[in-house]
Amino acid sequence: MIIAIASGKGGTGKTTIATNLALVAPASQYLDCDVEEPNGHLFLKPTISDKRDVTMPIPKIDDELCTYCGECAAACEFNALAVIGEKVMVFSELCHGCGACTFICPEKAISETTKVIGYLEIGKAKAVLEDELFFGHGVSNVGNPLSPPIIKKVKKLVNDDCFAILDAPPGTSCPMVQTLMGCDYCLFVTEPTPFGLNDLELAVGVARQLEIPYGILINRSDSGDSQVQEYCRREAIPILMEIPFDRDLAFAYSKGEAAVIHSQSLREGFQKLYQKIVAEVGK
Amino acid sequence: MKELTIISGKGGTGKTTVTAAFAVLAKNAILADCDVDAADLHLILTPKEISSADFIGGRGPQLDSEKCTRCGECQRLCRFDAIDFSEESGYSINEFACDCCGLCALACPEEAITMVDTINGRWFISETRAGQMVHARLGIGEDNSGKLVTLVRQQGKLIAKKEGFDLLINDGPPGIGCPVTAAITGVDLVLIVTEPTLSGMHDMERVHGLCRHFDIPALVCVNRFDLNLHNTQMIRNYCAEHNLPLVGEIPLDPIVNKAQVARLSVVEYECGLVSQVVREMWTKVKKELDL
Repeated sequence: MIIAIASGKGGTGKTTIATNLALVAPASQYLDCDVEEPNGHLFLKPTISDKRDVTMPIPKIDDELCTYCGECAAACEFNALAVIGEKVMVFSELCHGCGACTFICPEKAISETTKVIGYLEIGKAKAVLEDELFFGHGVSNVGNPLSPPIIKKVKKLVNDDCFAILDAPPGTSCPMVQTLMGCDYCLFVTEPTPFGLNDLELAVGVARQLEIPYGILINRSDSGDSQVQEYCRREAIPILMEIPFDRDLAFAYSKGEAAVIHSQSLREGFQKLYQKIVAEVGK
Repeated sequence: MKELTIISGKGGTGKTTVTAAFAVLAKNAILADCDVDAADLHLILTPKEISSADFIGGRGPQLDSEKCTRCGECQRLCRFDAIDFSEESGYSINEFACDCCGLCALACPEEAITMVDTINGRWFISETRAGQMVHARLGIGEDNSGKLVTLVRQQGKLIAKKEGFDLLINDGPPGIGCPVTAAITGVDLVLIVTEPTLSGMHDMERVHGLCRHFDIPALVCVNRFDLNLHNTQMIRNYCAEHNLPLVGEIPLDPIVNKAQVARLSVVEYECGLVSQVVREMWTKVKKELDL
């Protein structure tokens, strides 16, 4: 079973929910798909056993064979190649690694080399009810603009026999969509504020287009107004859990401490959340 | 004309809260909401639309199933697993997985796939009580957010230059990926809004790394600084070590959410110390920008 924890708006508590759920769910995998700003490791403190580079292919021009015809630059939808006089320039930060230039070159002058854009780290973290849980995350290198290829690699770590929790990046564009694709369920974490609601509605739009069932968790549920609750009622979206603002909890979060380790009631709350998600997926 | 972008790395640290307050305090500025896939600035500044246009982000493949002979060349070559196949309906393009690279169109021996302009969203020029604002809405699940950010900034700059404004304030997106890069390249100054949590600090360091990568001067402010004073001290130390001016420490106060619910910035709604700190921050930011 693959579950995405997403939000639209940043800072609503995706990572808090994803890590706490991973700590109490049986046979869980925590996979951080927020590769631009991965934070789950700060709370789960995993022991990393494997680190692998994530690479993408970029074109390499053979000057001996190139006739500077310009077909490659014309074929590239991302303007990652330019032919100026007798020189082909490759702008690797614009390249998406699609292979169109290699395919189109009439002289077979383009081969591919790889470029490191980030890395994966895999390991185990101590769980609360079981001994351990599987941890994996992707980290995009600073300066790399393209996160979807790294997210894809993180998702390859999903074990179908496990309860896989994908911690999604904020927003509603390609990195978030890349994370949600193929999931069995999506839990949207929101806060009851105008910003929370606005971004929640956009994020729900993605789940609807992808035809993924979804529910809502309202974090800091007593901190704004009742618009989110009303929206969920109107749209018949299940609210799986509400967590009121708690300064002690926020303080524990700030230190990288997981809530379920300290609070018995939250531990039970997250166990219930797990059961509700499983029941929702079964519907 | 100067350009300031407000970013954070981590989402939800208070970028838009700070931007909205600066927008109200700035007397001679144009605003641009560069968080195009989860834009929120309009919720506070309640813009009245002056004009709008489609955003044509690029081209995407269109498959003519009449011409398709089911050779499968497109599926074989596609590196994004974006070509689906079923016995009943043959090959089709999964637009969510598609990267719009055009390789399938180049490769199709029957020329059954053509690249056509795609509308990825819409952008607006609006009037607000804090001045003119350029903003956008990326279509749900659409690509090309970086390009839309670039367009929003360009339009903001055009208006500012044409009408003699001396500042463009950009509300940035979270993360460190392509829309963030598009929101900060070439600006005069970046303000990083962080919070004293391990996540906030971790992400601040990464986004500061991005600023250094592009050689853009940055300032820092700490939101909810009293949530964890030890971590706030660590942020102060980091700033001192890296020559990053720390221009403000905003206290944690539920009144900020009340202001948001009332659709007002924290300098319009009476937010006590929060309002005062943000006003002082604005004075410092203006000085950094030589305004």
